[in-house]
Amino acid sequence: MREVEVARVEEAVRRLFLKMNCHMLPDVRTSLEKAREEEVSELGRSVLEDLLQNARIAADEEVPLCQDCGMAVVFLEVGQEVAFTGGSLREAVDGGVRRAYAEGCLRKSVVCDPLFDRKNSGDNTPAIVHFDVVPGDKVRLLATAKGMGSENMSALAMMRAADGPEGVRDFVVETVRRGGANACPPIIVGVGIGGNFETAPLLAKKALLRPLGVRNGDVRYARLEGELLERINGLGIGPAGYGGTTTVLAVQVEFAATHIAGMPVAVNICCHACRHGEIVL
Amino acid sequence: MKEAKRIEAPFGEELARSLRSGERVLLSGTIYTARDAAHRRLVEALERGESPIPLKDQVIYYAGPAPASPGKVIGSIGPTTSGRMDPFTVTLLEKGLRAMIGKGTRSQAVLQAMSDRGAVYFGATGGAAALLARCVRACRIVAYDDLGPEAIRRLEVIDLPLVVAADAWGGDLYREGPPRFRREI
Ligand code: SF4
Repeated sequence: MREVEVARVEEAVRRLFLKMNCHMLPDVRTSLEKAREEEVSELGRSVLEDLLQNARIAADEEVPLCQDCGMAVVFLEVGQEVAFTGGSLREAVDGGVRRAYAEGCLRKSVVCDPLFDRKNSGDNTPAIVHFDVVPGDKVRLLATAKGMGSENMSALAMMRAADGPEGVRDFVVETVRRGGANACPPIIVGVGIGGNFETAPLLAKKALLRPLGVRNGDVRYARLEGELLERINGLGIGPAGYGGTTTVLAVQVEFAATHIAGMPVAVNICCHACRHGEIVL
Repeated sequence: MKEAKRIEAPFGEELARSLRSGERVLLSGTIYTARDAAHRRLVEALERGESPIPLKDQVIYYAGPAPASPGKVIGSIGPTTSGRMDPFTVTLLEKGLRAMIGKGTRSQAVLQAMSDRGAVYFGATGGAAALLARCVRACRIVAYDDLGPEAIRRLEVIDLPLVVAADAWGGDLYREGPPRFRREI
């Protein structure tokens, strides 16, 4: 067994959230720069320029890119030969989030009770944590600060196999058409196909964590990504929703095995403030 | 692109009616932040005949800032999704609210009340929160301190870059903009 102090996990979580909230990912920047060159709408180009300038200011001043510093989501892939020492792993993750959001002057946006009192927890915890046990003796942390504005525009459909690729395309495009303007476009669209009622959204979220522009390894799904990109940009929603040719920066699809009787499809939308990072311990 | 029009808040109906959807403006003056929880409380207060902030001719910014880092007036502050405030907005417009700043589409009821009363809805670039914070010169919590980021703040702003998203004549950029660039595939 390899021993790993949970304090190291806490520190990794802290570092990830501090960095991702203030520094735009290089792939997102490159993609926004390309969009600024290609956007047809003049107003749209000025919105894209604002976003790039915003990223420069955030990095220079070490302030958050967006005031909604998101809900902390952490995927923990734990090697089965790892033994954690020094306390609770779950509490270490929350500890890292608590410290990052306090030290970085990041906004705390979590309420403890969703329906009745909706009181702010005050430290952006609890984080949403997904654990996975994998072979080996490493611990991989994949974290994202997910804004709610775009999360709210996401959707899940329990489709039929008979709906086919055309049905999937229509559902994804329709989801963006309905809510895209509210999700701070240009957006990134994560699509999860297959699994179950709970796995499809997880696949969609994981799809958002892939570097932009890296296509699915299966050519059929890669083609689907390309078709969806074309059709969504054809909606004309544009930067900030004011009209334009750049609505989506990337469409990323993940798939998994499913039941003979079903085809769950989840669409998870992420705004241009696409904040994530990875550390392997 | 036409140069942005400079305007000063608070302002009256005449100025509001002179603005058209799609136009860029630079807003200076005094505005108030209020988002979800503050709207609920504000409307409850109005029902009791009270109001913690003036509404006539005022501008409300749908925003909850990040905490200010040391030496700063305010943390990053971009708009939140306006549609969530729709259920409360008609009441505020009836009390004289002149303008709102946010992001995203509004309900038909809100757009109608805006035309009836000569009010305007500005879009601020969603996610450009660090850039927008630079326009804020002063910030003071004036109500609902316990709501943290959702407290009502009075802001003094200079040249806040906005776009007229919906005007007092039924013009709505979110509805009119996309068809100009639509390509059916
Ligand atoms: S959707 Fe994204 S960019 Fe827009 S306000 Fe939320 S976190 Fe910020």
